[in-house]
Amino acid sequence: MSEVPPPPHRRRAHTSTRDLERYAGLFAERTGVMRSSAMRDLMAITARPEVISLAGGLPDTSTFPPQSFAAQMTRIAQESAAEALQYGPTEGFEETKDCIVEVMGAEGMLVDPHDVIVTTGGQQAIDLVCKTLVDPGDVVICEAPTYPGAVPVFCSYQAEVVQVECDEDGMRVDELEGLLERLRKEGRRPKFVYSVPSFQNPAGVTMSLQRRQRLVELARLHELLVVEDNPYGLLRYSGEPLPPLYQLDGGDFVIYIGTFSKILSPGIRLGWAVAPPPVMEKIVLGKQAADLCTSTLTQYFVREYFAEGRWRQYVADLVEIYRGRRDTMIAALREHFPAAATWTEPRGGLFIWATLPEYIDTGDLLAKALRADVAFVPGQAAYIDERGSNSMRLNFSGVSDEEIREGVRRIGAVVAEQVELYEALTGESGGTVAARPDAAEDEENVLPFRKAGEAGG
Amino acid sequence: MNVAVLKGGRSLERNVSLRSGARVEDALERLGHEVVALDVGGDLVKRLTAERPDVAFVAMHGVGGEDGTVQELLEILGIPFTGPAAAACARCMDKSLAKHAIREAGLPTPDWFAFNSTAFRELGAADALGRLEQSLGFPLVVKPSRGGSSLGVRFASAPGEVPQALVSAFSYDDRVLLERFVDGREVAVSVLGEEALPIVEAIPAQGDRYDFEARYEIGRTRFVCPADLDDAQRGAIEEVALATYRVLGCSGFARIDLILAAEGPQVLEANAIPGLTDTSLLPQAAEAAGMTFEDLVAKILDLALHPAAA
Repeated sequence: MSEVPPPPHRRRAHTSTRDLERYAGLFAERTGVMRSSAMRDLMAITARPEVISLAGGLPDTSTFPPQSFAAQMTRIAQESAAEALQYGPTEGFEETKDCIVEVMGAEGMLVDPHDVIVTTGGQQAIDLVCKTLVDPGDVVICEAPTYPGAVPVFCSYQAEVVQVECDEDGMRVDELEGLLERLRKEGRRPKFVYSVPSFQNPAGVTMSLQRRQRLVELARLHELLVVEDNPYGLLRYSGEPLPPLYQLDGGDFVIYIGTFSKILSPGIRLGWAVAPPPVMEKIVLGKQAADLCTSTLTQYFVREYFAEGRWRQYVADLVEIYRGRRDTMIAALREHFPAAATWTEPRGGLFIWATLPEYIDTGDLLAKALRADVAFVPGQAAYIDERGSNSMRLNFSGVSDEEIREGVRRIGAVVAEQVELYEALTGESGGTVAARPDAAEDEENVLPFRKAGEAGG
Repeated sequence: MNVAVLKGGRSLERNVSLRSGARVEDALERLGHEVVALDVGGDLVKRLTAERPDVAFVAMHGVGGEDGTVQELLEILGIPFTGPAAAACARCMDKSLAKHAIREAGLPTPDWFAFNSTAFRELGAADALGRLEQSLGFPLVVKPSRGGSSLGVRFASAPGEVPQALVSAFSYDDRVLLERFVDGREVAVSVLGEEALPIVEAIPAQGDRYDFEARYEIGRTRFVCPADLDDAQRGAIEEVALATYRVLGCSGFARIDLILAAEGPQVLEANAIPGLTDTSLLPQAAEAAGMTFEDLVAKILDLALHPAAA
């Protein structure tokens, strides 16, 4: 028998400077605006096992019963192996769409399955919407802060991203009106407004009903699309549900993005988009070019899972667990963060957004926090400009109560050191801000999202 | 030969180190060596004892791997390793220590003051800031004493910006430097053995500061090698760089970063273990000297095993 050849090298030798320059000459212009590096390098360290990471955005998949997973997969293998291993339609299976209709129905939305496309996670839906709508230089409007994962998508299509401030009631729609007016005068028509109206990532805030109504009106008035990204809508821990933008608008000017990631599993990579038929037609073509179809196997899994009829109970279980963790985190913040810090108190979702005194750069703070084996997402990741440098995103869904308490304690300790140092340096006392008002249980995002005085009406 | 590549670790530059390490591993394999990759952690001594490598290639950056800690362990275990010895690493890593040594040797480096946070917290050092700022002038540079890749380096252009810059710098180390800002061209001299490789000049794109992002992103900073310098400039830079290398006790390799100011070259810092990634300066310099990456790795290994042959 002949000798086994040596394994191929992981990378060939084509990585000299000259080679790199040769490749660089071939790069598309859009790669120049793709953001990366420093943050990614720091975030890589958060993966160390000893680090308590409040930086993730992970649902707690350990709550999903393995025996149920096993039973469904076995059923698929026994009954539909050939189909489940085959390509599927680009739009997704009708059965998957039925599940989607059910999920959207749970939030009061009526949707025609023909308007739905199954995507590889909600993230692909954002990508496909951009692919369909954005030419280089087009204006895309989003919230400030916005979902950090959306920024690279907008940038890769060379959009000009304009951010509209948020406060405790979500996007400042009045500010959006001013912006739209300004753009109109400049003869520019923004392609869409991207919003996470419920339990926003990263800020945890929820858009008020009044603003939702006004946003939908504006869309109609300006013939402008609103992209509603709603991954967390069913994860409400307190307060009354608010109607999604899609429901208010009826689907004329709202493109809806949903996902199974937070109510079932992000590993199955199943999301969806709902769009008016002419837009959907283009999205389908884009999807075809991107990956032909979404995983058939995981679509079968969702079908089986929904057939069991227990998905709402599972979401209800998650809500119980996450509500407890949110409360634990808020209690820990009250105990360990300095008086000058503020944070949002989300009524749902996965994140709390904390804001520290202006002189603290949370990017630098992360370096210090990592030495204390704790991590968070620095706020700047959620902005395209320099804003957000004194804020941080904290996740409470993917960590245990104990880790939340200890993680927040550690962050609080490094923040306290920074505060003490700054006060020693300036002779100022930043810690004399009046005690925070006690949070009333039934008031949305009680604590100021931004510092008092900054927040306008 | 059996070569252990030490990479990763817990430093903030872990990712850069992983990239350096991966590239070195490939080169070593192509050179025909047996390679054991070690992501440095709590089991380092155990693994080194078990593997008994002939030599260790230290591809680590930042605290832990570049400051003499790992080198000290390798010295105890009697395993030859690449790059400077423990003492030299410790000196290079701490900019304050390095600058003292450089200045005492009569070599040029920008004026500076160094403080630890206790000085501010407990000794009222804040009251000396005014005098210090007057002495250094504005803008001034605030940087952590031990740290790499420009992490935590801040410019302050007025007194009001100093406290915030200090808070940032103290995030990375308990000792920080306030340094006079010297305007000029940014050049880096990689030294291999006792020889200076062609000088690299870093030219920031569109006036970007030479920051962490720019350093690792192709296209953000333009590197020119060999730098466009006349003989006198090149001679002066090389002389100062080689003298710095010797003063700090470096061996094997190191990279000296300087500013070529109107009054001549000024040493900013010495890197005991310069990056070996695709975009790092040492490989670029070696390439300009006609060496492939394999040649460079082979030479570094040779210097580790036969220091006298340098």
